[in-house]
Amino acid sequence: MTGKNIKVLIAKPGLDGHDRGAKVIARGLKEAGMEVVYTGLRQTPAQIVRAALQEDVDVIGLSILSGAHQELFPVIMDELEEAGLEDILVLAGGTIPDSDHQELKEIGIKEIFKPGTPIKEIVEFIEKELAE
Amino acid sequence: MRKSWQNKMKITAEQVFAGEEKVIARAISLIENERQQVFPLLKELYSRSELAYLLGVTGPPGSGKSTLVAKIVSGWVREGNKVAVIAIDPTSEFSGGALLGDRIRMDDISTNKDVFIRSMATRGYLGGLNPAIFDTVVVLSAAGYKKIVIETVGVGQNEIDIVSLADTTLVVTVPEAGDEVQAFKAGLMEAGDIFVLNKADHPEVNKMELVLKQMLRLGNTAGEQAENRWEVPIVKTIATTEKGIAELNKTIAEHQEFLTEKGENQKAPGKIISNHLIHLLEESLKRKYLDPLKESPAFAKLLQEIAAKKTDPYSAMEELMANFKERLG
Amino acid sequence: MDELRDYYQEWLEEELKPTVDNFGSRKKEFKTASDIELEALYTPLDIDDLDYLSELNFPGQYPYTRGVYATMYRSRLWTMRQYAGFGTAKETNQRYRYLLEQGQTGLSVAFDLPTQIGYDSDQPLARGEVGRVGVAIDTLKDMETLFDKIPLDKVSTSMTINAPAAVLLAMYVAVAEKQGVDRSKLAGTVQNDILKEYIARGTYIFPPEPSLKLVTDIFEFCSQELPRWNSISISGYHIREAGSDAIQELAFTLGNGIEYVESALERGLNIDDFAPRLSFFFNAQMNFFEEIAKFRAARRLWAEIMRERFGAKKDKSCMLRFHTQTAGAALTAQQPENNIIRVAYQALAAALGGTQSLHTNSFDEALGLPTEKSVKIALRTQQILAEETGVADVIDPLGGSYLIESMTDTLVEEARDYLEEIDKLGGMAEAIEAGFVQREIQETAYEMQKDIDNQEQIVVGVNKYQEEEEEEIEDILKVDPELEQSQKESLQRVRVNRDATKVEKHLTKLREAAEKEENLMYPILAAVKDYVSIGEICGVLRDIFGEYEARHF
Ligand SMILES: Nc1nc2c(ncn2[C@@H]2O[C@H](COP(=O)(O)OP(=O)(O)O)[C@@H](O)[C@H]2O)c(=O)[nH]1
Ligand SMILES: [Mg+2]
Repeated sequence: MTGKNIKVLIAKPGLDGHDRGAKVIARGLKEAGMEVVYTGLRQTPAQIVRAALQEDVDVIGLSILSGAHQELFPVIMDELEEAGLEDILVLAGGTIPDSDHQELKEIGIKEIFKPGTPIKEIVEFIEKELAE
Repeated sequence: MRKSWQNKMKITAEQVFAGEEKVIARAISLIENERQQVFPLLKELYSRSELAYLLGVTGPPGSGKSTLVAKIVSGWVREGNKVAVIAIDPTSEFSGGALLGDRIRMDDISTNKDVFIRSMATRGYLGGLNPAIFDTVVVLSAAGYKKIVIETVGVGQNEIDIVSLADTTLVVTVPEAGDEVQAFKAGLMEAGDIFVLNKADHPEVNKMELVLKQMLRLGNTAGEQAENRWEVPIVKTIATTEKGIAELNKTIAEHQEFLTEKGENQKAPGKIISNHLIHLLEESLKRKYLDPLKESPAFAKLLQEIAAKKTDPYSAMEELMANFKERLG
Repeated sequence: MDELRDYYQEWLEEELKPTVDNFGSRKKEFKTASDIELEALYTPLDIDDLDYLSELNFPGQYPYTRGVYATMYRSRLWTMRQYAGFGTAKETNQRYRYLLEQGQTGLSVAFDLPTQIGYDSDQPLARGEVGRVGVAIDTLKDMETLFDKIPLDKVSTSMTINAPAAVLLAMYVAVAEKQGVDRSKLAGTVQNDILKEYIARGTYIFPPEPSLKLVTDIFEFCSQELPRWNSISISGYHIREAGSDAIQELAFTLGNGIEYVESALERGLNIDDFAPRLSFFFNAQMNFFEEIAKFRAARRLWAEIMRERFGAKKDKSCMLRFHTQTAGAALTAQQPENNIIRVAYQALAAALGGTQSLHTNSFDEALGLPTEKSVKIALRTQQILAEETGVADVIDPLGGSYLIESMTDTLVEEARDYLEEIDKLGGMAEAIEAGFVQREIQETAYEMQKDIDNQEQIVVGVNKYQEEEEEEIEDILKVDPELEQSQKESLQRVRVNRDATKVEKHLTKLREAAEKEENLMYPILAAVKDYVSIGEICGVLRDIFGEYEARHF
């Protein structure tokens, strides 16, 4: 695996405190050679976008389990665009019903990973997307 | 490639001076990843601007550095400064990846328009500070940040090297149960201009203060005469509740003043540049000579000869050095 | 025994080994979820040092390994307590009244995240979260609505609330008084387990030290005023959800328990005054036998800790009573109906382990909020287990099983080792502060993920027997998007109609009490009665105590 020089922001929008998934992914991406910025719990859209901007990341991974994704993700995507960061690859994971996937993809979230997705699959997805 | 910095985006010095965050962020990525390309920009930025005041913050993991940095920076911003933070975490030797977690503690300042935070990995510069960090300082200074904080974990040589860069170095320690003081173990005692005894809400704090004072006194007796010397102070803080932060900021300002008054004596800027120049040279030599050498057939052959005991590592080194000398001419 | 040992050796070498050599083994090594190595067969040899009276004894007798009550489910089945709460207080109230009409006697309140973190619904961080994972409570007004026409002297109420537990408990007491119900009649539980929030669940507000003080304030208040109230539910559930194994769940939960007891003793409380009101909360995961052994081990360990370490005299102080919930983390988003079967096995383990109450998860919870239908299936799962299978008819039916007894023993020992290590670090609060506990759990969680990725651990539908085309579950409960706005408006109305000078006065008093380290239950109770909001109360405390921020690994 060659995650070399790929910089990823793992962010938890919303108020839920379940960061097991976010941390496992952060660790997995690090072990695949990526530089992972982890911002911790309870991040507002503004904080996430500012971090993405200042850190100049290639990828943002959003993890949310509270169910507030449909409220918060559009705000994040809008603010990313406003900041001129629409070229960042945005991925999501957590408790997100199938029926919401289409809508989220339409606002620019490239892929939604279900709980239980192997880390390798996520690493490969990122590498493939960035290589294009 | 989506990688933004690999787009043919050219960053001009004017853009950096204008201070747009996106430009600064990408310039730093260039510094980290495309060093060759970025030197022309750095040349221009360096010659047309002044370096900011640099505060180094070091200490063991978990001692509260990031929390402190957030509070120190808040104070500076309230006084009307634009402030940048460079938070450095180690790169894993095994994977080459890194987990950069210092922003977690900087929530309060993370959306302040006058604050720029950047996390950087050490990228394998063990035994010396990654030269990209100084270059980042050049960019941030040019972009109008008058004060810059660099946070590093104080565990190895890398971190002590922060002293070679910073105008003022804070060493953060915490009250600990045992007698062994981590900062002391890590050889940080000589490195600090100011000692911060954080987590002063801990019951052991007074005992720890005594131990620290003693150690500092021992360290202080050697060296110059008392008058012209900076007496290394100990400031007690509770970073989480901001207790002691005002005093800490005052002490930092005093050290800055002391440096200005003293002119070049203590922290000669010449020393910082001399260190960086050496770092740049090491980096270039490595890239230009050592890295290609490792790949060369001649090197492989030498290794075989060593294995076959036809020669030894010492003679091999002398031979290679002679070659270098020729090429460096 | 020696003779048996010889026979056993003979069987191992002459029967088992040749057969395995011939047919091979399904796995390289057989292990439990906690990495305990499993023998192919358990025999009396594995429990030959077991002392029945001192290690097992009869149900209702120290150390309660076989159960805390003499009759267990013969007189009363476990309480089927399904955690519920959604949207506004009004909607939740209707649901509760319906449930009570159906004969349920216990309520379990889920609060939304802003409430759990001490924010009012109109604070910016609450955006999108109001009424989502539970009911939104801002002021006493909402609490009055939540329990409208529900006689608080007749029901028992469990509230999943931690960092601001004092505020919600105060509101509950205030509502009761308005109903004319005496405090001493109130029955129920507040979760009030702040330490596991730092370790696992993430809804903390203040740093550990002032938080522990608040926990103790509640202990003290309950032992003085609410004799029938469980002052805490010490929860391993979330520790397990965060990725720990069974041993860690056991050790860290009991470790937290020890920390709470110590801080109450430091306050000068008498052990036998508050210990009988401590309750526990565990997870029921997939590794069936290990889970059963875990519950039994927990009872034995806690009894020992209370009697030997803390010198508790009352039997009740030594009894570990616990609630169980099936593992949320075991639910898969892939082929979600399979979760019904998973939940059934987990529930079986909880019943065999002697739980006092049980929540069974709905199969669609990995996808979103459960629907009415899925909640019903979950409840029926318990009812089938209780009424049809006969597991409730014999006390501790697996007691005496060579495997279960030997595994109970192993878990007790492994957990004891952990507890010793934690003691060396200065207790759980220190171990958490140092990041020890979090690192241990993260390490296990990461290893588990790797095992699943490598197919060393099979999860049906996820890494084996996957289906290309997944059927979409369309029927997902949605929270009404208007709800947040109407909750904000109703809060605004309360703000306008209450006496502002009283509010100021209460907040000043609270500030002073917090600075003087007095028991905060009393000023909080006074404040909520005059409709001071949870966000205002926690705001003052945030000011004084500071806010906790988790550190990364
Ligand atoms: N009790 C106490 N905890 C503190 C204090 N300062 C920081 N912390 C906590 O210590 C932990 C580590 O802090 P952090 O700033 O990440 O340390 P770093 O690793 O040195 O950057 C966090 O949980 C902080 O909230 C303090 O003064 N007192
Ligand atoms: Mg830090």
